[in-house]
Amino acid sequence: MPLRDWPIKQKLTAILLLVSSSVLLLTAAAFVTYEVLAIRRTTLKNLSTLGRVIAANSTASLAFANEADATEILSALRAEPHVVAAGLYDKNGRLFARYPASLPGDALPAIPGRDGYRFEDSYVIGLEPVAETGNPRLGTLYLKSDMQVVSRALRLSAAIGAGVMAISLLAAYFLAAVLQGRISQPILALAETAAAVSARQDYSVRAPKLGEDELGTLTDAFNLMLGRIEDQNRELRRYATELEQRVTERTHELQERNEALRRNAAELLAANTELDAFAYSVSHDLRAPLRSIDGFSQVLLEDYGAQLDESGRDSLQRVRAASQRMATLIDDLLKLARVTRSEMRTELVDLSKIARDIATELHRSTPERQVDVTIAQGLEARGDVRLLRVALENLLRNSWKYTAKQPRPRIEFATVEGNGERVFMVRDNGAGFDMQYADKLFGVFQRLHSADEFEGTGVGLATVRRIITRHGGRIWAEGAVDRGATFYFTL
Amino acid sequence: MNSGKILLVEDNPDDVALTMRALKSHNITNDVVVSKDGVQALEYLLGANGSAGVAELPAVVLLDLKLPRVDGLEVLRRIRADERTRLLPVVILTSSDEERDVINGYSLGANSYVRKPVDFVEFTEAARQLGLYWLLMNRAAPLPRA
Repeated sequence: MPLRDWPIKQKLTAILLLVSSSVLLLTAAAFVTYEVLAIRRTTLKNLSTLGRVIAANSTASLAFANEADATEILSALRAEPHVVAAGLYDKNGRLFARYPASLPGDALPAIPGRDGYRFEDSYVIGLEPVAETGNPRLGTLYLKSDMQVVSRALRLSAAIGAGVMAISLLAAYFLAAVLQGRISQPILALAETAAAVSARQDYSVRAPKLGEDELGTLTDAFNLMLGRIEDQNRELRRYATELEQRVTERTHELQERNEALRRNAAELLAANTELDAFAYSVSHDLRAPLRSIDGFSQVLLEDYGAQLDESGRDSLQRVRAASQRMATLIDDLLKLARVTRSEMRTELVDLSKIARDIATELHRSTPERQVDVTIAQGLEARGDVRLLRVALENLLRNSWKYTAKQPRPRIEFATVEGNGERVFMVRDNGAGFDMQYADKLFGVFQRLHSADEFEGTGVGLATVRRIITRHGGRIWAEGAVDRGATFYFTL
Repeated sequence: MNSGKILLVEDNPDDVALTMRALKSHNITNDVVVSKDGVQALEYLLGANGSAGVAELPAVVLLDLKLPRVDGLEVLRRIRADERTRLLPVVILTSSDEERDVINGYSLGANSYVRKPVDFVEFTEAARQLGLYWLLMNRAAPLPRA
């Protein structure tokens, strides 16, 4: 496992151990080095002291070339077991005496070499001049000592160092193990809290705060954040609940409204079906008696006309006229019903063209009339072409009819602007009407003129209004008696 | 004059009388056979209960739509469904000019659709023209007999 993935406790312990062991290692190295250097210096010093003592004692035996004496003096070196070899050279550099006495000749250098004490190979070598104070040199003392002192000291100090280090490391380890908790514990607590939060989605838990240091600040910040999230969550849940409740309420309302609409639609459908059946029945059954009335009146006139006086024949003619007017009324009513019932198909309708066609038809049907018809170009609207044709036909036919007594009849179809919307307009200079009765204009069977003045059933404008209303538009009229009428409508 | 008969399918006796008068007033003297409802008309044309229909088919059928028992459109449908009367000229002569009646009539194979005018003068004129056209001018398909 790479270091970065270690648990923080082990990481901290490892770091602490690493730091303390490097410090200890350096310290121990310094200690051992110092020890070794000190021992070596002491060793040299001891050997030189010994050398000087031996040399001072050897002056006489050298001066008198007393070999036995010299050997005797050297044998005193037995007291110093580290000295493995020694030799006395005379002033000519010739070996004079040796120690131990059994030492082979070649164990000592042939010539003494440079004076002084030094380490050579794994021995300490000392060369001490032998002379009486203030007198010429008599010879040289050679001493050779092993390094057992040094190596023992080295071993000892190394052992001490190692021991101290081991104890120190052990202590460091325990200290680290205890002290790393100061840092790792708050972090572990944070980590545990975070894990708990993410595992249970429970934002009510809080990380324990273990101190006022940066980790304490971090814990505070973390807890504050948890608190905020908890608050926000609560808020969100509240909103969600409210929203859900509102949706439920609205859905319920909508369901109720839908139900009401469905009922209305069903009722409307039933009413429409009834109206349909009614209209169908009227269309077939109401006309038949009229046909009989008219027919047999005519039969009477044809077969018995001669036997009737003028008044009798006039009566029969009136019966016929009435039945025919009744038939027209029925037809107009059926047309009105059809306008209400028929299915609407919306498309772009060229109203100008329809108006021109109607005007052409009116001119052709009553060629004796000279009416000045003005139709604006390019008037278009979205709507049902058949219904709009019926509406325009009723309006233009009305104008055509009510301008009959006008010497210079004029009819105009155009648009005007009213309250920012386009308003269609059919205007004439005909008989007009009294504005006081304007609201009656569009009622079924409502007429503002008597039948002998102007013919009509009073259904036409009701039909027009029905059509405009079905297109979502409005219709109204302005006029004055003998000053013409203007019909406005929007689509 | 064509010696073929006219089958008038009409339940209203007033209408029967007026139609007969209108036809006669224009010297259309062909036999007019009257059926008072759809069942009678179908029995006359196609027979019923094993009995065969009329031996000689009429030159034209004047068919009202609102009839007791079997209505006019059903009569027309059965006339067109039968091999013997498939090509028989049928004129719908009725009170209504309801769009769906017109469309249904032509869809079922009516040869013509005439609305009875209330004005008897106009009605007489319509009858005259119908008689002239269907009895004199129109060349009917040869009618097969089973």
